[in-house]
Amino acid sequence: MSSDEVIVHRYEVGEVVAEATYSLDRESLVRYAGASGDFNSIHYRDDVAESVGLPGVLAHGMLTMGLAVQPVVEWLRDPTRVLDYQVKFTRPVVVDPVTGVAIGVRAVIGQLDEAAGTGRIDLTVTVDGTTVLGKAQVRVTLP
Amino acid sequence: MNPDLTERAFEKTSPYLVGREKVREFSRAVFASSPVNFSVEAAHEAGFADVVAPPSFAIVLQQLTLDQLIGAEDAGIELTHVVHGAQQFTYTRPIVAGDELTAQLSVTSIKTLGGNAMITAESAVHDIRGEHVVTAVSTLVVRGDA
Repeated sequence: MSSDEVIVHRYEVGEVVAEATYSLDRESLVRYAGASGDFNSIHYRDDVAESVGLPGVLAHGMLTMGLAVQPVVEWLRDPTRVLDYQVKFTRPVVVDPVTGVAIGVRAVIGQLDEAAGTGRIDLTVTVDGTTVLGKAQVRVTLP
Repeated sequence: MNPDLTERAFEKTSPYLVGREKVREFSRAVFASSPVNFSVEAAHEAGFADVVAPPSFAIVLQQLTLDQLIGAEDAGIELTHVVHGAQQFTYTRPIVAGDELTAQLSVTSIKTLGGNAMITAESAVHDIRGEHVVTAVSTLVVRGDA
């Protein structure tokens, strides 16, 4: 390659950069409660969840948010490359006491700023094919 | 819901010392698998003083400020009626074990719609040198059906 050549398109909008599935059970929720200090009992007691009109014990929204960015972090390899991360919590994630729940994450390049070397990664986070997070976006310095 | 909360100056939280085992515990809990989250050697090789916290760890700091908000007697917020609507973290640098961090809350907006209120709570996290680390923004929906 001659020295005046510049690689302009290392990435393309729409490109899938990472994909993963996470299995959660009630133990995962208890572990997250302890690690984060969020002991809201709707995350481990069926009777409390029912009494406030929920369809069941829910995963902490912040647990879903926290794990959904991990495939991107692994792809980036360098944690300083995560500049900004945002989500909207659009649907509760019910965790069955016996079968748990599987959360799918697909990370796609949503926008590129090649000059700045940054990009927006859009996350599609689903349970049984239905999205549970909205506008889940990670702004990164591209590797 | 007290609309004057947007003008309130909340006190900085007392310094939170980020522990190495807390970072590892949190990392396991969010299914992190990067070596820098667990291994001091890997963190050193990557240029960090100690193990690095996952991006969502800043919620631990923000929670301390949200406790101030919800705990304020005149806030009019009932915890069981609070739903987490949205969350954002904007980083200057990652959080690393050994950091001593403070967080300061400001309520940037309160909107009411029907009987519900939507509060935007912004918590700026700084290290002991006063340098910015991360700003966490929580959108809380307070259901009015109390």
